[in-house]
Amino acid sequence: MSSEIQFFFEVLLSGLLTGILYSLVAIGFVLIYKASEVFNFAQGAMVLFAAMTLAGIHGNGVNLVLSGIITLLVMVLLAFSVERFILRRIVNQSPLSMFMATIGLSYFLLGLSQLVWGADVRALDIGIPDDQFIVGEIMIDQFDLTVAAVCLILVLSLVYFFQRTRVGLALRAVADDHQAAISVGVSLHKVWVIVWSIAGFVALVTGIVWGARLGVQPALNLIALKALPVIILGGLSSIPGAIVGGLIIGAGEKLFEIYLGSIFGGATESWVPYVIAIGFLLVRPSGLFGNNQLGRI
Amino acid sequence: MFYRTARRLPDSYSAQLSIIGRNEDRIIAALTLLAVLTLPQFASPYFLKALLIPFLILSIAAIGLNLLMGYAGQPSLGSGAFMAVGAYTAYKLATNVPEIPIVVDFAIAGVMAAGVGIVFGLPSLRMRAFYLAIATLAIQFFIEWLFSKVAWFWNDHPSGVVSIPQFSVFGIPIDTPQKEFYLIGIIVALMTILALNLTRSHIGRQWMAVRDNETAARLMGISVRRAKLSAFAISSFYCGVAGALWAFVYLKTLGITSYSIDVSFKIMFMIVIGGVGTIGGSFIGTAFVLLVPIFLSTVASALSLPISTGSIASMEQMIFGLLIVYFVIVEPQGIVRIVRNFHQKLVSWPLNVGR
Repeated sequence: MSSEIQFFFEVLLSGLLTGILYSLVAIGFVLIYKASEVFNFAQGAMVLFAAMTLAGIHGNGVNLVLSGIITLLVMVLLAFSVERFILRRIVNQSPLSMFMATIGLSYFLLGLSQLVWGADVRALDIGIPDDQFIVGEIMIDQFDLTVAAVCLILVLSLVYFFQRTRVGLALRAVADDHQAAISVGVSLHKVWVIVWSIAGFVALVTGIVWGARLGVQPALNLIALKALPVIILGGLSSIPGAIVGGLIIGAGEKLFEIYLGSIFGGATESWVPYVIAIGFLLVRPSGLFGNNQLGRI
Repeated sequence: MFYRTARRLPDSYSAQLSIIGRNEDRIIAALTLLAVLTLPQFASPYFLKALLIPFLILSIAAIGLNLLMGYAGQPSLGSGAFMAVGAYTAYKLATNVPEIPIVVDFAIAGVMAAGVGIVFGLPSLRMRAFYLAIATLAIQFFIEWLFSKVAWFWNDHPSGVVSIPQFSVFGIPIDTPQKEFYLIGIIVALMTILALNLTRSHIGRQWMAVRDNETAARLMGISVRRAKLSAFAISSFYCGVAGALWAFVYLKTLGITSYSIDVSFKIMFMIVIGGVGTIGGSFIGTAFVLLVPIFLSTVASALSLPISTGSIASMEQMIFGLLIVYFVIVEPQGIVRIVRNFHQKLVSWPLNVGR
C-alpha cells in the first residue's frame, strides 16, 4: 500500500472516529425530539453538567462506578424536574417557544455546573489506555476504538430498549402520535421523564468520553454546536441518521481540512460541517433518514 | 378615563393608514418622544453610553430579525454574521474611501449585508423550521472564520482588533454621548417607521402569507421565492446597519468576537421574549435581554455577598436562564402581549373592571 493511500485511510479513520463522538451528542437530541418534538438545545449543557458532576464527585474521592451512578441519579432528577416544571407547562406551544425554553434551560445548567464545580479544567481519567497500534498498515488509536465500541454498545442497547421492551413500545407510540398514545393509556408525563432520563444517560456517556479526551471544562458545551449539522443531515427524528450523519460530518470535515484546508487558509472545521449538511439537505430537505412531513394545506 | 371608550371608525384614507390609530395614543407617543429627546440633557453619560446606545443599536438588529422570523417565518441564527458584514464593510469604506459620507457608508454596509443575506437565504427555498435555523448557522461560522482569517478586511493590522476612526456626520463631529445618542435615535426612528410600513405594505403581507401557509400563498399568486429572499435581504440590511453602528458608535473598535454566535442567540432571545411578529416587541425584548444582566449584577454588587465574582457570574447566568424559561411559560407570545393587554384594559376602563 502506498503511503499516500495509507495516509488517506488514517485521516478517514480518525475523522470517522471523531464523527462517532458527534453522533453521541446527536443521539441525545434525536431521542428528545422524537418523543416530545422539543428541539432540545440544552443537550450540550446536559453533557457538560453530567461530566462536571461526575468529575466533581470523583474528584472528592468517590470511586468511579459509584460516582457514575450518583451522576445518573442526578440526571434522572434533572429529567424529572424538567418535565415537572417546564415541559408540562409548555406543551402545545409553538416549537420556537419550546426551543427558547431549552436555551433558557441550557443557560441555567451552565450556570449551575460552574457555580457548584467551578470553571477549571478537570482531567477525567477513566482508565482507557491511550496506546496506538497498527492494523495492516494503518495506525489506530486504542482510545478511539474503545469509544467506537462504547457507542456501538450504547446504540445497540437503545435499539433493544426501543424495539423489545414495553416502555420502548410506549415511547415509540408517543413519538408516532401523542393523542393516540394518550387514548390507549400511555402516560405522556412518564414517557417524557423516561426519555429525558435516557437523554441524560446519553449525555453522561458523551460527557465521559469527551471529558476523557479533552478534559472536563465549560467549553464542552460548544460540542453541541458540532452536533447540529449532524442532526439536520441525518434527519431530526432518526437515530440511524444521527450515526450516519455523524460519520459523514466527521470524515468530511477532516478530509476537507487535510486536503483542501490549506487553500482556504486552514481551520475550516468550524463551517465545513454546515456546508456538507446544507449540500445534502438541498437534495433531501428533511435529512437522510428524516420522514417527509405532510403539512396542512 | 383618559381614553374615549367609544370606537371611532376612520373617515378618510389617511386616517385609515395612520400608524397610531387613537388620538390618545398619539398624545402618549408625542410625550414619549419629547421625553426621549430631552433625555440626553439630564441623563448621565454613563447611562447614555452603557445602556441607551447599545439598546437602540441592538433594537435595529432585533427589528431586522423580527421581520425575517416573525413576519416571514424564516428562523435565522445568522444575525451576528450579518452584523459583522455590515461592520467590516463600513470599516473598509471609512478607512479606504474617506470621501464618502459616513451615513452613506452605513447604508452601503446594510446593502452589502443584504446581498450576503440573499445568498445565504437561498437554502430557505428548500428547508424550513429547525433545518433552516441550523443551516443559517453556516453563515455565522463561515463569516466568523472569514473575518478572522483574511487580514484584508481589517487593513492588515497586526492584531485582529482595530480601532475605529473618529467620524463626523454632515460636518458635526460625533464625539460626545449626547451626539451619538441623537444620531442613533434618528436612525432608529427612521428604520422603525420603515419597518412598520413594510409590514403593512404588500411586501409585509406577502411575508405573512408565506409564513402562515406557503401553499396557499403560492396559490394566490405570491412568489414564495421572492418573498423569502426579500425578507432575508431586508432583515440583513437592518442587521448590517446595526452591526456598523455597533462598531462605530458603541464599541469604537472592530473585532470579530463582538459578532459571535452569542450575539445571534441574544438577538433571537430578544424577539422571542419581546414578541415574535411585532415591531414593539423587538424593543421590549432588547431592553429585557440587555437590562436584566446589568440589573442582576447591580443587585449582586449592592448586596455585597461574600462570594467570588465567578460564582456571582454563574448565578446571574442561572437566573437569566430561569427568567427566559419563566417568560416562555407565562407569556409565550412575548412581553408585548402583557403590554397590549394592559393597554386594552386602559382603553375599555371602567367598563371591564370586573373582568
